[in-house]
Amino acid sequence: MSDKLYTKTVHELHQLMKTKKVSSVELVTAIYERIEQVDDKVKAYLTLTKAAALIEAQKVDKRIADAKEIGPLEGIPVAIKDNMCTEGVKTTCASKILANYIPPYNATAVTELEDDGAIILGKLNMDEFAMGSSCENSAFFPTHNPWNLKTVPGGSSGGSAAAVAADEAPFALGSDTGGSIRQPASFCGVVGMKPTYGRVSRYGLVAFASSLDQIGPLAKDVTDTAIIMNVICGYDPYDSTSIDKKVPDHTKALTGKLDEIKTVGVVKELLGKGISPEVKKSIEEAIKVYEKLGAKIKMISMPSFEYALSCYYLVATAEASSNLARYDGVKFGLRSADSPDLLSMYYNTRREGFGPEVKRRIMLGTYALSSGYYDAYYLKAQKIRTLIKRDFEAAFKEVDVLISPTTPTVAFNIGEKSDDPLSMYLSDIATIPINLAGIPAISIPCGLAKGLPIGLQIMGNVLEEEKIIKAAYAFEQKTKWHKERPKL
Amino acid sequence: MTISKKDVEHVAKLARLGLSEEEKEKLTQQLNDILKYAEQINQLDTDKVPPTSHSIPMQNVFREDEAKPCRNTADILANGPQTQETTFRVPKMLE
Repeated sequence: MSDKLYTKTVHELHQLMKTKKVSSVELVTAIYERIEQVDDKVKAYLTLTKAAALIEAQKVDKRIADAKEIGPLEGIPVAIKDNMCTEGVKTTCASKILANYIPPYNATAVTELEDDGAIILGKLNMDEFAMGSSCENSAFFPTHNPWNLKTVPGGSSGGSAAAVAADEAPFALGSDTGGSIRQPASFCGVVGMKPTYGRVSRYGLVAFASSLDQIGPLAKDVTDTAIIMNVICGYDPYDSTSIDKKVPDHTKALTGKLDEIKTVGVVKELLGKGISPEVKKSIEEAIKVYEKLGAKIKMISMPSFEYALSCYYLVATAEASSNLARYDGVKFGLRSADSPDLLSMYYNTRREGFGPEVKRRIMLGTYALSSGYYDAYYLKAQKIRTLIKRDFEAAFKEVDVLISPTTPTVAFNIGEKSDDPLSMYLSDIATIPINLAGIPAISIPCGLAKGLPIGLQIMGNVLEEEKIIKAAYAFEQKTKWHKERPKL
Repeated sequence: MTISKKDVEHVAKLARLGLSEEEKEKLTQQLNDILKYAEQINQLDTDKVPPTSHSIPMQNVFREDEAKPCRNTADILANGPQTQETTFRVPKMLE
């Protein structure tokens, strides 16, 4: 039984646990065996917490033995991106500056999973401080795409997507500031969802760009995504930006039909220039699937999208430059050994502790906020943000959901874009507008080209995660792309 | 607008970020490239457009400012590079 346990989805594992065919200890053991087999190739994990995981699994097994009913995540293992605080377990953000940081508290999203009986397997690699689109900006090592080890898994939640794709975790948590869940989910052929801004508490998520950051799940299918969303969404008094509205049962949206979704919009600008032919072809096939499901298809023009990337790199870096001011060598993290006085401690700690991309973004953000340039860059970018929001508001008056490719191309090679920041930024062109507008979106597998996965992005209006999940699940039922797995 | 190496040095000072000579040269080039791309936003007339700082409209959340005991002072201090009793030590600030 335990030989292929690691391939199963959360809902399949739940059935096995409920009927007592498998224990949590067996399951956790099987996953760690899988990690041992493949992680020297994939390199998804930064930290494993095996001893603690087995103790927790034993506790859950005892509870299950006496229980009549068990929760959907009870005894199911999960891995966490290393920018979410885990009490007593190193949380590095894949940065030298936090290499030895041990948080004295848990992120709320982590607590929610633990309270529901999920077992933490370990912490996952990422681009340093979530800044990057390839996982190459990790200060420790790059993660490899399980579909082709020469290619990147995407980023910044590259470890999360690679771990799920390689069966090294049944599901994972990631964070998404400009596409950091959806882009790697697309590159690795898994499902990744960015909820509405504020739907999941950011308490304990190491801040990158506070007005854009959002935690979300990476999973093997849409059903699992709905199950995890039910657990992690909700108001948190520790995050004043979290939304205080009742969380619906997202699994009710798993009908296999489009129901109230009458019109599916296709973003015109995201099927044109810069989109590779194989990606375009897959999206055109996806459009046909929605037609067959009975939807009316409408082309929607979003003229502001052309400016979204520029807007994002001014807003996100400005916020980052402010958020990262806290890494000063005083209260936690690295302090340079070369600190004869306070000022040189700041300069040297930050010089030694941050990698090139983080430095670049701190510089860009500081510049955009500095006296004389604030109006031309930061304020202007915030006005563009209003235009992007208005484009979405107008679109959702005409259509129920919008679709586009998640990324313009399939996964690129390791090293291919690392010397060209602008070309790296362009791989987020389809995902960035969503964060600027705060709306939810999902990426689901919709094809393969050159042996690499292609992702379909489905966007919905604010707090309309159920519609997105409904549209995604209906698509998944008609196609079988989510069943494709890399051969490792 | 073009950025000179001197601008890079000024911004690095504002950000309290130490940079090597090589990093300064490279960043001057890269920031110029990125800002040149970003300047396309100036093509849009936004005079009558209000700025958006938060995508989802929200109001400040207030609570009473009450002192509460801190449950894990020891764990917090354990992360400090240099501590003394319940304080963090830093190098000298003044001669």
